[in-house]
Amino acid sequence: MADNPLLRVVAKALIPMIMLFALYVQFHGDFGPGGGFQAGVIFAAGVVLYALVMGLDAARAAVPSWAVRLAVSGGVLLYGGTGIACMFLGGALLDYDVLAHDPLHGQHYGILLVEAGVGLTVAGAMIGIFFVFAGRGRLRSPPPSEEAP
Amino acid sequence: MAAAAIAIARIRNLFAVAMLTSLYSLLSACMFMVMDAVDVAMTEASVGAGITTVLLLAALALTRSREQPVSRARTVRALLVTGLTGAALLYATLDMPHFNQPDTPVHQHPLRAHYLETSVDEIGVPNVVTSVLASYRGYDTLGEVTVVFTAGIAVIMLLGARRRRR
Repeated sequence: MADNPLLRVVAKALIPMIMLFALYVQFHGDFGPGGGFQAGVIFAAGVVLYALVMGLDAARAAVPSWAVRLAVSGGVLLYGGTGIACMFLGGALLDYDVLAHDPLHGQHYGILLVEAGVGLTVAGAMIGIFFVFAGRGRLRSPPPSEEAP
Repeated sequence: MAAAAIAIARIRNLFAVAMLTSLYSLLSACMFMVMDAVDVAMTEASVGAGITTVLLLAALALTRSREQPVSRARTVRALLVTGLTGAALLYATLDMPHFNQPDTPVHQHPLRAHYLETSVDEIGVPNVVTSVLASYRGYDTLGEVTVVFTAGIAVIMLLGARRRRR
């Protein structure tokens, strides 16, 4: 599939658009439909399209596995960390009013941060699940017969 | 949608089934769109029609692409079970309020008016869905993110075992 020029050209034109749209959905979720979850899935769809057209190795080179793991765990950490930060600033857990001088601004910052956390986690989880699924077929090696240490 | 569902049940070629499930998801997304649930429609279109199809195809690449024929007795039993379940679900929906009725508990609860009227002043975000999800219901969303995180990590650990042992 990676040597099909038509697919390559179309994918090269589409993937930046997909990523951009994902970011738009992520940061425009306050005003229109969407938010972290949808944005994460759309971003992952861009990476998956890249992997389908250019091959899995190219995608793995573009999105290394440490980045996937970092995104999956970092998103939850960002979400929870925002909640803890609210506690340190004297509010309740995930009570964003205390994040800024003005409660409204605090709410804005809080929603921005937790949505970013949601997006990171979802994108990382989707990309990681796709990578291990797709990489499964090529690892057709016999199961390791040695005993677990 | 019913036609797609029946075709999914009948067709033995799993590639066609994967395509039809994608189509079914897309139709569901259109249905949510008609009901003005934009966020849900977006999620359904991206997850159901997009990523799930790709994952199904990736799983198909690892298995054979045709369903094994099952015995007649098993088919009848399965049909009986699904029929009973479906009938029970249909019976349960008879208790649900009709679509678009204004006097349902959802529309009469005081919290709804509070969210719709004061969320713009309290949160400052025009999209009430976002303010409810990310602020009023922040705990729930944190739980959901933890679920996604757990699922992702579990799949990566189960399938993506890097052979470090030499």
